[in-house]
Amino acid sequence: MFQRLDLREFDTSFTFAGRAIPAREGENLAAAILRADIKAFRSTPRSGAPRGPYCMMGVCFECLVTVDGEPNRQACLETVHGGMVVEPQAGAAEINR
Amino acid sequence: MRSPHKTGIAVIGGGIVGASVAYGLAARGEKVTLFDEGDIAFRAARGNLGNVWVQGKGAGGPAYADLTRRAAKDWDDFAHDLGAESGIDLHFRRPGAFFFCFTEAELERRSKTLTDLDAQATVPSRFEVMDNAGIRRLLPEVSSAVVGATFCSDDGTTNPFHLLRALLSVFERRGDYRPGHPVARLAPDGSGFRVETPQGDWLADRVILTAGLGNKELAPGLGLSAPIRPVRGQILVTEKLKPFLRYGISFIRQTVEGGVIFGESSEEAGLDDRTTPDVIQTTAQRAVAALPLLANAQVVRSWAALRVMSPDGMPVYAESAAHPGAFLVTVHSGVTLAPFHAGPLATALSAGRLDPAWQPFSSDRFSVPAS
Ligand SMILES: Cc1cc2nc3c(=O)[nH]c(=O)nc-3n(C[C@H](O)[C@H](O)[C@H](O)COP(=O)(O)OP(=O)(O)OC[C@H]3O[C@@H](n4cnc5c(N)ncnc54)[C@H](O)[C@@H]3O)c2cc1C
Ligand code: FES
Repeated sequence: MFQRLDLREFDTSFTFAGRAIPAREGENLAAAILRADIKAFRSTPRSGAPRGPYCMMGVCFECLVTVDGEPNRQACLETVHGGMVVEPQAGAAEINR
Repeated sequence: MRSPHKTGIAVIGGGIVGASVAYGLAARGEKVTLFDEGDIAFRAARGNLGNVWVQGKGAGGPAYADLTRRAAKDWDDFAHDLGAESGIDLHFRRPGAFFFCFTEAELERRSKTLTDLDAQATVPSRFEVMDNAGIRRLLPEVSSAVVGATFCSDDGTTNPFHLLRALLSVFERRGDYRPGHPVARLAPDGSGFRVETPQGDWLADRVILTAGLGNKELAPGLGLSAPIRPVRGQILVTEKLKPFLRYGISFIRQTVEGGVIFGESSEEAGLDDRTTPDVIQTTAQRAVAALPLLANAQVVRSWAALRVMSPDGMPVYAESAAHPGAFLVTVHSGVTLAPFHAGPLATALSAGRLDPAWQPFSSDRFSVPAS
């Protein structure tokens, strides 16, 4: 669905749900995942329905993912770093004890 | 000019109080029109904590303690019946709740207040006094900074949005709901009352004021007095988390959806319903002081809302002496008291007569006798 206008080569990669996603260091995380044709970033706590980015500006909380073990991160406000491990946010997070 | 619409009972204000009363009246076969403002009005019904709260209520006024205790006991049936009628789950839960005390002196004062109250109230409600170890047995997450607590198993919670939506959706099947109809003026007219809105006038046989903070301005036109004031509260909510908080704490609760809601400020801020960084910070610090693991939760939103407070904090249920058929209903704990407003109070309003047993709630108590 989405394509990069700038076709320079990707210089890094990270994983989403175990799948390697090519990216550029420092680019927007939600944009990089969407470009890989992934639309379901999380499942809702109540019904488990799939959700993905909606506002891309930090207000809707639809783009939640787990980043390097930290739950409920807004992918649209995160930047890509090589090797980061991103997981879908499956329902509500467990509070850290 | 268009001729006025006609209705049996005009209920002015569609917050939780007005919606409860209108729902109860319509269920009793009354022809009801419910007027409300729009989204930018002051609306405590949409900003509150959602506690069905018993412990400590009515200190200084045993009639209020009894009223609260009866209403709270009725919550199980109320939530069940309204849930079935509306198809909306009110998320009513009654795990019991703590009131945390951070010093020995505070705990001592608190247990004395509750003991005194218990001696005066006629409807029973048990409470326990616990030290930190006692709390910890039920709630291992408690901080060692909490010296003790009072615990009451009659305290519960509901989702106030679901409550309001359920009341309104059932009401709409039988009654006339008019959001976006701010009432500009209310006045006696012939044998009834005239309700003036920008969209036209209504003639009603009876009128019931449930306009929250709006009561203050509307009441005098009906020979009533509502000496209420706004008291601001600021609330924070966290990201949704898997259920971990098994009990309520007076100012902290976890919703069925998983967000942790907390807030306890009581501020004289006039009609200003904005949040302030200092209170938000203190509120967050107090929550973490009570439950240290909350430091790991992300806050996603905060808001402020204005309580509708009478001088003594008790409800006002009054009929106009000058214009019988005009009633005033204004309370602070509209969530807790919803079963009473939709039940016994609606029965009385349908009959057109308040129960003499509610005399302690009349507005006469605010008038200073001329010396
Ligand atoms: C921070 C906070 C926490 C709270 N926590 C709890 C709690 O835990 N438990 C509990 O039981 N209670 C709680 N409350 C109180 C509870 O929210 C209220 O009692 C409840 O909302 C009912 O109030 P109400 O319907 O009288 O007023 P509101 O909800 O304010 O409704 C009044 C309505 O009247 C409308 N109105 C006003 N003027 C006019 C007019 N001229 N024409 C037409 N419509 C008009 C307004 O738009 C509004 O919709 C809390 C309140 C606050 C602010
Ligand atoms: S897409 Fe709306 S917060 Fe990220």
